[in-house]
Amino acid sequence: MRTRKGTGAGVQSFRSLTKAMTLGLLRDRTAVFFMLVFPLMFLVLLGTLLKDAGVSESKVIQVGDVAVLDEMPDEEREQLRDVLRIEKTDGSAAARADALEKVRKGDADAAVTQTGGEIELRFSAADLVRAGNVQGILNSIVQRANQAATGQPPAYTLTSGQVEDESTKPIQFLTPGLLGWAVAMGAVFGTALNLVNWRKKRILRRLWLAPVNAGSVIGARIGVNLTLALAQTAIFLGVATLPYFGLRLTGYWWLSFPLILSGTLAFMSIGLVVGAWARSEEAANGMAQIVILPMAFLSGSFFPLDSAPQWLRTVSQFLPLKHLGEAMQGVLSRGEGWSTALPVIAGLLAFAAVLTLIAARLFRWDEA
Amino acid sequence: MATDAITVEGLRKRYGDVQAVDGVSFEARRGEFYGILGPNGAGKTTTLEIVEGLREPDEGTVTVLGEASWPRNKTLLPRIGVQLQSSAFFEKLTAREQIHTFASLYGVPGANADAMLEKVGLTEKAGVRAERLSGGQMQRLSIACALVHDPELVFLDEPTTGLDPQARRNLWDLLRGINAEGRTVVLTTHYMDEAETLCDRVAVMDHGRVLRVGPPSDLIGELGVASLEDVFLQLTGREYRE
Repeated sequence: MRTRKGTGAGVQSFRSLTKAMTLGLLRDRTAVFFMLVFPLMFLVLLGTLLKDAGVSESKVIQVGDVAVLDEMPDEEREQLRDVLRIEKTDGSAAARADALEKVRKGDADAAVTQTGGEIELRFSAADLVRAGNVQGILNSIVQRANQAATGQPPAYTLTSGQVEDESTKPIQFLTPGLLGWAVAMGAVFGTALNLVNWRKKRILRRLWLAPVNAGSVIGARIGVNLTLALAQTAIFLGVATLPYFGLRLTGYWWLSFPLILSGTLAFMSIGLVVGAWARSEEAANGMAQIVILPMAFLSGSFFPLDSAPQWLRTVSQFLPLKHLGEAMQGVLSRGEGWSTALPVIAGLLAFAAVLTLIAARLFRWDEA
Repeated sequence: MATDAITVEGLRKRYGDVQAVDGVSFEARRGEFYGILGPNGAGKTTTLEIVEGLREPDEGTVTVLGEASWPRNKTLLPRIGVQLQSSAFFEKLTAREQIHTFASLYGVPGANADAMLEKVGLTEKAGVRAERLSGGQMQRLSIACALVHDPELVFLDEPTTGLDPQARRNLWDLLRGINAEGRTVVLTTHYMDEAETLCDRVAVMDHGRVLRVGPPSDLIGELGVASLEDVFLQLTGREYRE
């Protein structure tokens, strides 16, 4: 056993303070809910709601025989697999009325019938994008059939190739945005409430009267918050990469870990300022909420700021959460690497250093 | 002098317009049960905070167990134990986890912490969270946390405030036992019967000064009154304090 002197006691007090803080955190059900479950609920909810935001396959009801569709070559059928779904019914008048009713109600996108050489397409004008889509597809099928009927090889052919998809899918901004929000909540609230609570309960003074280094106390708090942030990141990425949500990680996705860690330090420094300033836990709670919620909105945690007014985007440039979210999106799913992450990490650490200095000037041991 | 646990000379501390401590001098001998009495705002708490090393005095010197307590003295800290007025406990931890945490801050093995819990009669409550203990149990736990590292000098700040008579008598026995083991105990209290039965000597303070020091029986005899409470009222007056 090592007692009282040397690094042994330092390590031991670091360990026991870490344990005390971890138990205090895990036993606080409200805190666990707000830091883990609540943001995850948002991810699942928004991820599900926004999943099918783009135009997906069109549903067409074929009433009776339509030669161009029935005689479509297998190769062509294969190409249209994710674009067009054809439901065939018999050619009776009842089936025709039923099909038109379905189109009217939006249950199907269009109905197709053939009378002699004329192919009739009926669609609803309610969703113009969808209507245009169905018309385009059907038109191309008819043209191809016409061209094939001539027996000549086509004069022009279209070769198409997919470029890398640069559009932002909802899950790509939701994951880093909501994760950043969750980490910010954990770090700001955890630090601020801990500081106020320990000052009010005189635990800070009690620690001052025990032979422990300030480093052990501060180190324990930082260690607990960093671990919490890593756990939040692992859970979020685990859920977002489920096939259902479909986040695809690119090469440097692991850079999100150093990003999250430096972000956590930046948010903890906000928590330190709030905790040093606030006199009661209620004040700290309110102040932290006033900081976090607007910051999350202005940083585009819940929706992208692409269409936001310019002044708002200028304000967001000063928020650490915005830079964290952007860099995270870059490394997670856009294949960006060190050149994206490094400046943001440096900025977040500088932010943390400045705010920690401010907090140190505001700091009080007790309420007197 | 070498046998003194605490030597305080010419202590002064000012907060803005208020002269909280105005030239306090006293000494407590090793092994002594020493009481500091005074109405609210007399300067007891500030005096104790300076002695413990929580605050820097404007003037005067403090020697605790032969060492200076300011600036923060890490060789002195393991030799003193402090029970703070409001119970300083970690959130959501059980009695056992609290005392084990404090033990490890002093590099004391967990077995000692369990033994201390046994000594204050809280073994059965070891698994109960500190905030769910009764007032008396909380006070006993906070005294146990102050004693877990076996200090030579113990500061107790109003340890029986808010307790029922049974819990007070129970705590008195515990405090006598702590003193009987050879530890110096410094106690502040508003209960004069408590000071009379427990303390070897008391110092009566008011307006930041020490008015009188001596064994309770001597003070009662000197002033020709019936009890220590009469001594206190005669020295500090009867008007209401803050």
